[in-house]
Amino acid sequence: MTAAKPSGSSGFAKCKASELAVGDTRELVLVENLSRTQIVMYAGASGDFNPIHHDEVFATKAAGYPSVFAHGMLTMGMTGRVVTDWLGDGVLTEYGVRFVKQVWPGDTLTAKATIAAVGADGAVLVDVTTVNQAGEPVVTGRAKAVLPR
Amino acid sequence: MAEHDFPIDRTAILTFAAAIGETNPIYWDDAFASQTPLGDVIAPPTFGISSAHWNPDYGLRGPRKIPARKAVAKSAESAPRSGGGGPNLTRVLHAEQRFEYKKPLQPGMRLTVSTHAGKSWEKDGKRGGKLVFTEGITEYRDETGELVLVATSVSVITGKAVDQ
Repeated sequence: MTAAKPSGSSGFAKCKASELAVGDTRELVLVENLSRTQIVMYAGASGDFNPIHHDEVFATKAAGYPSVFAHGMLTMGMTGRVVTDWLGDGVLTEYGVRFVKQVWPGDTLTAKATIAAVGADGAVLVDVTTVNQAGEPVVTGRAKAVLPR
Repeated sequence: MAEHDFPIDRTAILTFAAAIGETNPIYWDDAFASQTPLGDVIAPPTFGISSAHWNPDYGLRGPRKIPARKAVAKSAESAPRSGGGGPNLTRVLHAEQRFEYKKPLQPGMRLTVSTHAGKSWEKDGKRGGKLVFTEGITEYRDETGELVLVATSVSVITGKAVDQ
């Protein structure tokens, strides 16, 4: 299935725009009981070695936080999965988020994607929100994709 | 405006996908991916941020001291990256991040990356004090000079640790 993309390259869509309606939602549990180890995996993969994410002594004694906390970009990366699992791979034209609240070791994160608009040209707008185990939003944002009609 | 290389390789993609909890074979299984219109594995949507590994101006690489391959002048316009690149790591937070995609990143691409400063603005913090926001815009171009990805990062400097 070939997605029509502005650059002409083919994506690997999982659905057609005509199969989506405004208000359709999907939820995905991104992680349960986030470990410091996963935070370290992300530091290594991304190159972000800000000690606030992996060095407990720095985060607590120097910076005054209760513990290390996850990179916002780790949550952004995980949150993208709710969109790509639903719409497909290589179909996004935009993805942006705001980092609302910190994410801590032990957190369980759930992402919810909601279709905000569907265009006749196959353009789809999706709102995303990721919440922690207390239901508090940690990341909010939106993604745009182009799907087959 | 300093530029640096960013070669895309499949082990880096695999490592990044694992770190964000991805099991989708499109990120690591080239036999699977070759059967899709994408032709090969692709990088996850936020993978572009890992160009930091190759950025000689990056302020958050920790104790690693690998010099840049090209002699690039340290740019006075280098903008803060994810988490900030400024001196006080106890007070810089990542506020927003956006990506605009022209085509997926795939192994074998050799990109050129350049960052320039965007807007800067202030807001009053909820507990008094000022929040200073700074935007950095990073452009990723392929070997033909075609733009493949744009990343916009907004950092915020807080007056004190953000209470939870």
